[in-house]
Amino acid sequence: MSREAAAREPFGEAVLPWLLLAPQLAVTGIFFLWPAAWAFWQSFHISDAFGTSLIFVGLENYVLLAEDPLYRDAVVRSFVFASLVAGFALGVGVGLALLVENGARRKRVWQALLTWPYALAPATAGVLWLFLLHPSVGLIGTALVRADTGWDWRINGTQAFLLVVGIAAWKQVAYNFIFAFAALLALPRSLIEAAEMDGAGKARIAWSIQLPLIAPTLFFLIVVNLVYAFFDSFGLIHALTRGGPANATETLVYRAFVDGHVNHDLGRSAAQSVVLLVVVAALTLLQFRAMGRRP
Amino acid sequence: MNSTRRGLSALAGGIALPSLARAQAQPIEISLWFSLTRPLSDIVEGFARDFNASQTRFRVVPTFKGVYPESLAAAIAAVRAGNPPHILHAAEIATATLSSAPGVAKPVQDLFQEAGIAFDADDYLPAIRQYYSTPQGKLLAIPFFVPTGVVFYNKDAFRRAGLDPDRPPTTWSGVKEAAERIVAARAAATGISTAWPGMLQLEHLLAFHNQPYATRGNGFQGLDAELVFNNPTAARHFQNLADWQRAGLFKYGGRDFNGDSVFVSGESAIHIAASSVQLRIQREANFASGISTLPYYDDVPGAPVNSIISGSNFWSLAHPRRTADEYRGVAEFLRFITQPQRVFAYTSESWVLPNTRSAFEYGRAQGFYDRTPDALVAYRQVTKQEPTGNSRGIRLGGLTEIRSIVEEELERTLQGGQTGQQALDRARTRGNQVLRNFERTARR
Repeated sequence: MSREAAAREPFGEAVLPWLLLAPQLAVTGIFFLWPAAWAFWQSFHISDAFGTSLIFVGLENYVLLAEDPLYRDAVVRSFVFASLVAGFALGVGVGLALLVENGARRKRVWQALLTWPYALAPATAGVLWLFLLHPSVGLIGTALVRADTGWDWRINGTQAFLLVVGIAAWKQVAYNFIFAFAALLALPRSLIEAAEMDGAGKARIAWSIQLPLIAPTLFFLIVVNLVYAFFDSFGLIHALTRGGPANATETLVYRAFVDGHVNHDLGRSAAQSVVLLVVVAALTLLQFRAMGRRP
Repeated sequence: MNSTRRGLSALAGGIALPSLARAQAQPIEISLWFSLTRPLSDIVEGFARDFNASQTRFRVVPTFKGVYPESLAAAIAAVRAGNPPHILHAAEIATATLSSAPGVAKPVQDLFQEAGIAFDADDYLPAIRQYYSTPQGKLLAIPFFVPTGVVFYNKDAFRRAGLDPDRPPTTWSGVKEAAERIVAARAAATGISTAWPGMLQLEHLLAFHNQPYATRGNGFQGLDAELVFNNPTAARHFQNLADWQRAGLFKYGGRDFNGDSVFVSGESAIHIAASSVQLRIQREANFASGISTLPYYDDVPGAPVNSIISGSNFWSLAHPRRTADEYRGVAEFLRFITQPQRVFAYTSESWVLPNTRSAFEYGRAQGFYDRTPDALVAYRQVTKQEPTGNSRGIRLGGLTEIRSIVEEELERTLQGGQTGQQALDRARTRGNQVLRNFERTARR
């Protein structure tokens, strides 16, 4: 850099970008990197709840996890859970977007109504559905019990699992709807008109024209939905089933929370956090690939 | 109420002189973290308000920190950050966690002694005092909100089923028979339900039958205790619950207090729960309810003894930088809230045990137990006899996790995946691992 340039730019070319980046870097460092590093370090130790004792145990926490059949179950369960939630939420969200875009009158009204659930916090959504579906006090739940359906997710693990999947997906439908709807609106009218002139029906147009054209959005949504199901469903599970009955709704994130926050076993919880970190990293990589960017 | 006010002004008069001398100084702030929601939180906030009005030297600041696991986690984080609250309101399940970490809590008996305040720990009902004491008998924390397990039953359903609403069953075989008649007569959808399954159907069950939950005096004598709860009484009981559920006699309502809604909604007619649930039943149930003692298996020799307690207490948390004046403030406040009339007022209101003999005597002199004989059921059950090694309580590190493990395995049994014996055997293996972990990190 010449002297003249330095005089014109009082901060110098090298300093200014860093200054502008500093707040973001500080946030990333304090709230992401430092805790992640700490979790990594803690995962090789065991300690009492108050941190008054600290024993280095090497890989023991990881070995215990690998040997724990309940943890292996939770791994499988988390992936099944995430796939089901993403599948349902995406299928219904995109389906509704296609219906509204291609056929509905009063599009604005549908658009507003279908966006609403996204405004709810996961725990609130959980409590709301809890009141509706509770087998002893819920409006729908007691009706199901009276109809002799055997509805009781307090002890039936499959029902509990499907309940959490259903509510988690319900909440995410709105998000998918908004994105899919926006992507559909952005498609050039001429393509669809051309298909219509060729005699294609609405279903055919949706399948062969619209969906392929919004594929980048769909892929983005798949990744976002998987991340949501993996990590954000925590509040819902906490409000609804607390991982029960008999671990039927215990996902990896929920278990890491319970072991660390409730059982005060920080080493084991930290080891689980590191495992989750690897999962997030993989999902993020996938997303970057999909968005056509280099990580 | 009048007497409370009189007690209050007497107390205020007693400390008027020292507080005059310090009238200019800022009051010393005493932080109190509690875990109760309304209406029970009014009790804690009322304590602080009354105490602050009674003197000027200290100011107690109560803060709601979430439900018990949340407030405990917050306190642990505060201890790690070197800034713990002065007083922590914690659940019975955290007793070993708080008492076995060095320097985290100051036993209240030491606290009073150092502050030179006379304090009679023996005034506490033995089952309460021992649950919260060291093996040597030193009281660790001030018992606050202490219920025990009891039975609530639906008198209307009993009548509909042709059962005597004034003579509830006292044994498990009697409970089963009553449940059969209730279900057969369609007097209720199901017979039996329970809250806090891990605590009431195992911890309380074993103590009531004078059988050990763990070795080393249920953990009181050392951290090397091992779980031994997989005995025939408990195995039979778990299997019974599963069999009764299949026969439609028992309905599982979930963990914690979630099972209470099964009874309150009228679905079940016999409900095992903490005695404090009476408050909710009074408010929400639209049927006549009665209260009775916990059922027991009458072929178990020596059963029943006294029942154990659950509930919450106040801990004085320690810190090297904490001044003698601050500890003094904590001690003064704890003395303030343990005055017999004050203890009686809040315990009788909330249907928990009266905590101390003097509070009980105070209530009796007021004629409370003549007017409300139902309140005597829990008291009599807990004071039935001097606690044995099995019925004084449980002092195990990681009890929160062990209780969850027991509940998970019980749920697996209720789902039909294993027998009652298998559930307890598995829970024992898993729970012992928790104990060994705790022992390793607590040894110093």
